Amino acid sequence: MKISKETKIDLFTRMVRVRTFEDLTTVNFASGDMPGFLHLSQGEEAVAAGVCGAMRLEDAIYTTHRGHGCIIAKGADLNPMMAELFGRIDGCCKGRAGSMHFADVKTGCMGSNGIVGEGMRIALGTAFAQKYQKTDNVTAVFFGEGATGTGAFHESFNMAAVLKLPLIFVCSINLYAQMTPKSDHIAIENVSDRAAGYGAPGVIVDGNDIEAVFAEANKAIKHCRSGKGPYLIEAKTYRHHGHFEGDPCDYRPDGELEKWKKKDPIDLFEKKLKKEGVLDAKGIKAIKDEATKAVEGAVDFARKSPQPDVEELYKEILA
Amino acid sequence: MAKPVKFQWAINHAIAEEMRRDPNVFIIGEDVGKPGGPFGVTRGLIDEFGAERAVDTPISEGAIVGLCCGAAASGLRPVAEIMFMNFITLVVEEFYNQGSKMRWMFGGQVKQPFVVRAMTAGGFGAGPHHSSSLESWFACMPGMKVVMPSTPLTAKGLMKAAIRDDNPVLYIEPLSSYGLKQEIPEGDDVITPIGKAEVAIEGSDVTIITVGRLRGEAEKACKTLEGEGIKAELIDLLTVNPLDMETIYASVKKTNRCVIMHEAKKIMGIGAEVAADLQETMFDWLDAPVARVAAPFTHIAFQPALEKEYFPNADKLVTKVKEIMG
Repeated sequence: MKISKETKIDLFTRMVRVRTFEDLTTVNFASGDMPGFLHLSQGEEAVAAGVCGAMRLEDAIYTTHRGHGCIIAKGADLNPMMAELFGRIDGCCKGRAGSMHFADVKTGCMGSNGIVGEGMRIALGTAFAQKYQKTDNVTAVFFGEGATGTGAFHESFNMAAVLKLPLIFVCSINLYAQMTPKSDHIAIENVSDRAAGYGAPGVIVDGNDIEAVFAEANKAIKHCRSGKGPYLIEAKTYRHHGHFEGDPCDYRPDGELEKWKKKDPIDLFEKKLKKEGVLDAKGIKAIKDEATKAVEGAVDFARKSPQPDVEELYKEILA
Repeated sequence: MAKPVKFQWAINHAIAEEMRRDPNVFIIGEDVGKPGGPFGVTRGLIDEFGAERAVDTPISEGAIVGLCCGAAASGLRPVAEIMFMNFITLVVEEFYNQGSKMRWMFGGQVKQPFVVRAMTAGGFGAGPHHSSSLESWFACMPGMKVVMPSTPLTAKGLMKAAIRDDNPVLYIEPLSSYGLKQEIPEGDDVITPIGKAEVAIEGSDVTIITVGRLRGEAEKACKTLEGEGIKAELIDLLTVNPLDMETIYASVKKTNRCVIMHEAKKIMGIGAEVAADLQETMFDWLDAPVARVAAPFTHIAFQPALEKEYFPNADKLVTKVKEIMG
């Protein structure tokens, strides 16, 4: 598909914002200023930005415990996101959720999830509501290949297909289910083959090629908007960091990370944009500087935000 | 005007009235649409409201309740059926980790207005996989409600209240009560408030607390006791999350004695919580230990004699009450 210059710059900017946010989060977490568990998605930005970059604000996403990338790419404000990671009252969930349970409903980010696969079951409901309310909005649910081992994957895909729900299943193949390599827990090469079992399209895309992801996401969104039911995108990519921050990653074969870093989605796209004359070195730097400024501003905002009062523990339990 | 309505039709009427009132209410589950529900409770709803609002699904309990969470967060008000309560084990995840936590966890960004119906089938020889009462699992979950209607009137009133509630509600209906008939005012908006117990019989000598289908057994026991000069006050909890302790306190202040009867196991049952709360709060008002009549710590048999041994009944309750009357 032909992608406009403005869209290319937009997609690049989304990826850079995600990377910058997560790199600075790594630093703040390591310094001990950030409570809780942290799972980062460096290396997988093209999947988040390629899909979310093709969506409308009114479309919805559900994501995983490794969900910052999707939420930033969907358009969430960085300040309340960072405050949430610091557990502060100005966080998007008032400091109750932290990294693993983020939601930012106004931008359609309906929830991360600490339970692998569960986002798929809940995403059914938003897709159902979009259809029930006769909108042509769609929902995308992100998950890793590890989640395809859960009953949630089968139940949700089958239900979405039976009820013809506008639900895009986005499987980010980052080669590890926590610490277990893909070949040890999936008996087939391509997860997309499973879509045939539900009578839905299933496609493979290079998850480090943002334009390829964007093009496939557009096809999936068109399919869902026109009422044809679910669609599966299998994006083959790689997780640069461990399962969690602090994971020694001793399960990785030597040289694997280095090999994938040569295919870094941001570096690849940067080179392409320069070659095509879409952006020059100055333009690239401006985007990166802007992202750094925004993320540093978010850290500053978060640090200045008060800790929640202990009374917050008892608020909003019931509506 | 009031006319006698069967328990199962009281549920049906409540759902239909709410679906007429609010276009965001829909029913979903296995067999709820075209088949009209495994025992006919949702019969006719698909004819009036269409397949878009009476949705048949695959046998995927987790996906049904997961869908409820997502649909509720997106502005709808689902009413799901999960059939027998034992199947609720397949959706503990969606209740415990998702629906009940979502509002608090997301800082109040969403509401979770959905209802899940589940049926208990004690007394039918339905055996180990179809007869359980698991309400105490959900009674200890913050962020949700659990109701257990016992009469046609409360079946209707609690269903309507549950559908209008902005929180996840587990609605537990006893199969053995489906045939009960009671006059229900026509045309009135029958609402039974969630979180409020009912004083079914007034008395002064002992407080008997019951829940769900055992209300009938408890009423029988109260009659027997009355014949022997013991005036029992009968409280039907109706809601087990949140528990209406105020109504219980008021009664115990009057009677100074309390026996709790439920179909679920005695160990870790609702009775354990009520008894613990009473000894913490009402110690000085009690003239006898708080007693429990509940199921033993074993499994439910389909075999009639073994099943009879398992479940509490009027006789077991009478014996226990006499024991604590000293």
